[in-house]
Amino acid sequence: MKEIKIQLKNLSVFFNYIQALNDVSLDFYSNKVTSIIGPSGCGKTSLLRTINRMNELIAGFLRKGSVFIDGIDIYDEKIDVVNLRKLVGMVFQTSNLFPKSIYENLIFAPKLHGISDKSDLNEIVERICTQTAIWDEVKDRLNENALNLSAGQQQRLCIARALAVEPNILLMDEPASALDPISTAKIEELIFDLKSRYTIVIVTHNMQQAARISDYTAFLYLGQLIEFGKTTKLFTNPANKQTEDYITGRFG
Amino acid sequence: MKLKSIKLSSELLKEKHKDLPGRIAIMIISALSVLILAALSSVLIKIFIEGASVINLNFLSETPRNSMTEGGIGPAIIGTLSVSFIMIIFAVPMGIFSAIYIHEYAREKWYSRILKLSVNNLAGVPSIVFGLFGLGFFVLIVGKFLDEIMDTGLLFGQPVMLWASATLAVLVLPTIILTTIEALAAVPDHQRYASYGLGATKWQTIRDVIFPQARPGILTGVILAISRAAGETAPVLFLGCAFFLPELPLVYFDFGFFEIPMINPASQFMYLSYHIFILTTQSANPTLTQPIQYGTTTVLILLTVILNLTAILFRYKFRKTLREVRGA
Amino acid sequence: MEYESKNTFNEQLLKKRSTVLKIKEIMIKYFLRLNAFAASFFILLIFYFLLRESYEAFKVIGIERFFWQSNGSADASGKLFEWYPTSDNPRYSIIPLLAGSLLTAFPAVAISTIFGVIIGVFMSEVISNKFREILKPVIEMFAGIPTVVLGFFMLAVGAEIVRELFGPFTRLNAFLASVGLSFIVIPIIASLTEDALRSIPREVRMASYALGATRWQTISRIVLPAAVNGISAGIILGFGRAIGETMIVLMASGNAAIITIDIFSSVRTITATIAAEMGEVSQHSAHYFALFFIGVFLFSATFILNLIADIIFSRLKKRIRF
Repeated sequence: MKEIKIQLKNLSVFFNYIQALNDVSLDFYSNKVTSIIGPSGCGKTSLLRTINRMNELIAGFLRKGSVFIDGIDIYDEKIDVVNLRKLVGMVFQTSNLFPKSIYENLIFAPKLHGISDKSDLNEIVERICTQTAIWDEVKDRLNENALNLSAGQQQRLCIARALAVEPNILLMDEPASALDPISTAKIEELIFDLKSRYTIVIVTHNMQQAARISDYTAFLYLGQLIEFGKTTKLFTNPANKQTEDYITGRFG
Repeated sequence: MKLKSIKLSSELLKEKHKDLPGRIAIMIISALSVLILAALSSVLIKIFIEGASVINLNFLSETPRNSMTEGGIGPAIIGTLSVSFIMIIFAVPMGIFSAIYIHEYAREKWYSRILKLSVNNLAGVPSIVFGLFGLGFFVLIVGKFLDEIMDTGLLFGQPVMLWASATLAVLVLPTIILTTIEALAAVPDHQRYASYGLGATKWQTIRDVIFPQARPGILTGVILAISRAAGETAPVLFLGCAFFLPELPLVYFDFGFFEIPMINPASQFMYLSYHIFILTTQSANPTLTQPIQYGTTTVLILLTVILNLTAILFRYKFRKTLREVRGA
Repeated sequence: MEYESKNTFNEQLLKKRSTVLKIKEIMIKYFLRLNAFAASFFILLIFYFLLRESYEAFKVIGIERFFWQSNGSADASGKLFEWYPTSDNPRYSIIPLLAGSLLTAFPAVAISTIFGVIIGVFMSEVISNKFREILKPVIEMFAGIPTVVLGFFMLAVGAEIVRELFGPFTRLNAFLASVGLSFIVIPIIASLTEDALRSIPREVRMASYALGATRWQTISRIVLPAAVNGISAGIILGFGRAIGETMIVLMASGNAAIITIDIFSSVRTITATIAAEMGEVSQHSAHYFALFFIGVFLFSATFILNLIADIIFSRLKKRIRF
């Protein structure tokens, strides 16, 4: 029943010979939400970015160990990184919509991947907007500049945009950190809804958020995995002293 | 304790600090600035007033007559446009493509840094030095070589339009590369990540995300560079500018029923800025040609101003897009 | 069901991009790289070519003769500092030309520093943001006026005004050229002064105001001293521009190659010499190489000036964070 989707094996990451992750082994389960928590600079984002190989865009990146998705080593040379990023969607800390219309933002990825039929594209736009519960807000203003939307709407549109190429995995890097409480609540609701279709990995510095939305939680500290387990267990009865200190706010 | 609080309140109620010397200093600065700006502008105004009375359609289209004392500057305008046109073909695509390679493909490489450094410093080298290069390299080496292998006698091995354009192209190339790099660098990295995250390739990212956002900024730089080159005189002085040419620098391609005129890059040419120089310093009677001098100068200034205004509009648009993208 | 969906995902993950797309991507990369290499080629070529020609010049004329001619009769040292490249006994000394360049550039930079800094302070500290948005492009447009226009103006109008004001002996002289040069140097210094002043963080000003300083005290004792590096870089760039400018000095300086410190005398600059003589020399003659030598001299001088300004600017960028 618990099916492993992503598997990190002895993963170490360096940037310019400075270690960001140290020998992390971790499993992410299918159709579950896993939170990664930890103080800033603990390697959360680096870990997330190894899963869609975005780290490779940063100069001085070095990796040891491996990452498997459905048992396939994604750092194998057979793997086409562009194809991988299509299957592993990513949402960033601040919304990064393109300065184009809402419609153009949403069809950006499908068009790149070869869908050109107008009615197909319309269908995709409606489907992903409905999925992300933003359809009612944008359906009448699809041709408006996407940057005119509110910050919360922009971030939800980023999630919608990431879903347009039907990924299996959704990576989220502190998606609500720059938003007000109401927009945050909407994003969290959305994550909950999306769980049935996607495997979601979310980095957050907000422990309440991790407790609210995730099934599993991993606690990272100084590049090392300190504890991983069911969210309910980790937050109520942590096995590790450091975890306990962190979630009770004694450091971090 | 009580005493102290009284002292504070009396301090607060003290008469407003006037700072008279400071105010006078600021007033003097303002007055001088306005004066200097007025002096700078008066140059242009004087030229415009004198020039406006000369400029009409005939002046813009006719050839000079009567040893330059009558007629217009049509050939000089066409010459300037032709030279600029060939220069644009040489410099703009190469400059933009180079900048894309340097900034998007080889940003951290050592040779990009060296190239950027030399480009940066080359942009401030006097234009006359480029003229030396143009004559010594393009005319005397490349031109001679072309004549030899194509057996054209003395066609390319002398100062002609092609080499003037090529020299100006080398002159503006550093500026175009620099401003394009700046425009690309102004597009925030999160836009690149967004695109890569959606599975776009490098080229798709550049073509569909980065370039459209950088385009107005690139255009600003390119237009300013063109404007600078079109107004330059020194580098073309000995690269084929002519005082007076009876015919336009055109070749006609014969298609039987009709002929299509094309710019002939292997000919000498008249040039607006050179025309001003030669009229003021070397015409037989400078007083008689003075109205034409003013008219030609006005045309050259107008050309520069129009290009500059266009560039400013693009810059305004560029900044607006960037504000939106960064504000997100 | 579950198994099947996993299988398709596996297949999708292992899918390759079409070869056509991959080749296209690589070809574009090489096309762009080709352009970058071609551009670098031309840029390096300028360096190489100028160096080669001046090396030839050393061989043909000899390095000493670029500075003086020793076998002449002349003055106490027995050295002739003269530029007579076309005489039977040709003399190629760069000294009178360098003197001419400096005599036009120094006054121009002095005038421009005073006026340019004043306008820079005015733009940065006195006027409103809105007005600055308009004034800045106007100033930049002044810097972009073709210099032949200013040369023409100096001849047609400026010469008469200068004669009436100062009554110099020759109608065209170093001072007239200096005034013409300041028209292009003032906008440069003004614009860079404004940049330097505005790059001083707001907090610095706020700190000064919070200590009870007035506006003028803040400008004169805090902001201006803090911006002094940026302003000096601007002055250096302005100086480089002034000694490298051709048309204004060619048209307004009178072009007599004599060594003098009289600002109202006619002088001849390096740039004007190249401009006036390059068209007439025969290829690879001693005169041709002499012109290349003074060109390379000018090139090196401006290159070093730019490099210094560049170093100052990049240091400033590192120090001040926006």
